[in-house]
Amino acid sequence: MQYSAFSLLKNALTGHRHWQPAWRDPQPRGHYDVVIVGGGGHGLATAYYLARNHGITNVAVIEKGYIGSGNVGRNTTIVRSNYLLPGNIPFYEWSMKLWEGLEQDINYNAMVSQRGVLNLCHSDAQRDAYARRGNAMRLHGVDAELLDREQVRKIAPYLAFHDARFPIQGGLLQRRGGTVRHDAVAWGYARAADRRGVDVIQNCEATGFRIEGGKVLGVETTRGFIGAGKVGLAVAGNTSRVAGMAGMRLPIESHVLQAFVSEGIKPLIDTVITFGAGHFYISQSDKGGLVFGGDIDGYNSYAQRGNLPTVQDVCEGGMALMPMIGRLRMLRQWGGIMDMSMDGSPIIDKTPIGGLYLNAGWCYGGFKATPASGWCFAHLIARDEPQDVAADLRLDRFATGRMIDEKGVGAQPNLH
Amino acid sequence: MRIPCPYCGERDAQEFAYLGDATLTRPDPAAPDAARAFYDYVYLRDNPAGPHGELWYHMAGCHGWLVVTRDTRTHVIQSVAEVGAR
Repeated sequence: MQYSAFSLLKNALTGHRHWQPAWRDPQPRGHYDVVIVGGGGHGLATAYYLARNHGITNVAVIEKGYIGSGNVGRNTTIVRSNYLLPGNIPFYEWSMKLWEGLEQDINYNAMVSQRGVLNLCHSDAQRDAYARRGNAMRLHGVDAELLDREQVRKIAPYLAFHDARFPIQGGLLQRRGGTVRHDAVAWGYARAADRRGVDVIQNCEATGFRIEGGKVLGVETTRGFIGAGKVGLAVAGNTSRVAGMAGMRLPIESHVLQAFVSEGIKPLIDTVITFGAGHFYISQSDKGGLVFGGDIDGYNSYAQRGNLPTVQDVCEGGMALMPMIGRLRMLRQWGGIMDMSMDGSPIIDKTPIGGLYLNAGWCYGGFKATPASGWCFAHLIARDEPQDVAADLRLDRFATGRMIDEKGVGAQPNLH
Repeated sequence: MRIPCPYCGERDAQEFAYLGDATLTRPDPAAPDAARAFYDYVYLRDNPAGPHGELWYHMAGCHGWLVVTRDTRTHVIQSVAEVGAR
């Protein structure tokens, strides 16, 4: 069913009794042209763009849990393309452009809200760094504005401008950035892929790969063997585990990142604000809760929950930035497992195993990349060559020295 | 999370700094395959979901380096030893 104002009205008048499930619940078939392991945002987007852009519809997405149970439903919903380095900017900007047309494309209200992303600076050196980043963005055709303190004050007068340690000196604003309803992205892509013939198979966990003569023949799952011409991995924090089943060892560590929501309040923050002196980012959901987060906990973890010291650290960052939130109660807190690559940038590439493709290393910036990740991964799988904007996101860059290290701090699994 | 330090007893994990995988061995830089070996050492990780041997530094305690074996799925600590003792 095509969603529209008319379909909404028709169903409203009939008591909402005739809505159909948004996607089928198919049994896995014995063989597909392409099997995508991982039914998160990236896996579903990949399946959708395989069908939409390349006409490959004999595709299954297998998901060990239910759609929306992983990181696509565990992030802080921020989208932006304010990167510095050539390997990253065109890729994330392509993602931003896809967000801008996403809802019409997949016929689903993903609540794309270009409310702006404002990065605050607290020192002269940081302002210089933001000026450089803003210039790099504009050279690549991305919007960026460097704001002074008074311009920031107009946007967010409630911030601690004269904090003794971290006075706010200005900020870098990307007006086209913003937030997107994360669950709706998963549901929208699942429905759009399903409508083009893709099988979205939930509660189906990959347990191994059948590989002969250096080529993958299919995936062993908890629901039996599924043969495949090609297999794409998009399993985020479980990448090392799943790739290990195929005998690969990767430049990735899994870490837990926590996110938080306060009780709902009246409209306060109409943009996304990041604290430049610590690590803290905050926006307000349409329900009124303040959605915020900070650093990863900092040790390897596959537990989808974090520990209290990081909760305290994140809240201290928030208090330094806007002391008024000290009056709020925290409503919910949760953790997701991040595939932290060693240079903070992702990998979309072939693997040494024929027919096996890898989409990983998203660190804690995977949500904003969802459309471009799916678009480029589908291109790679369909044509066996990288899409232009993802050509630098190679698996072998760590061996050849072509890292995309936004922070310039060398190999460590805590970048983004 | 609490880590039982062999010298100081059970202490809050906040007293410790985390370095990472304790199973890595620095390769011989003079070996003929040193470039490949250092790529392995610097970048590649087993990253297990389960028991993980990892280095923690007791910065707010005895200043000892510890090898902690911790289950990455549950944060349950199975064993702790000082680095030299392994």
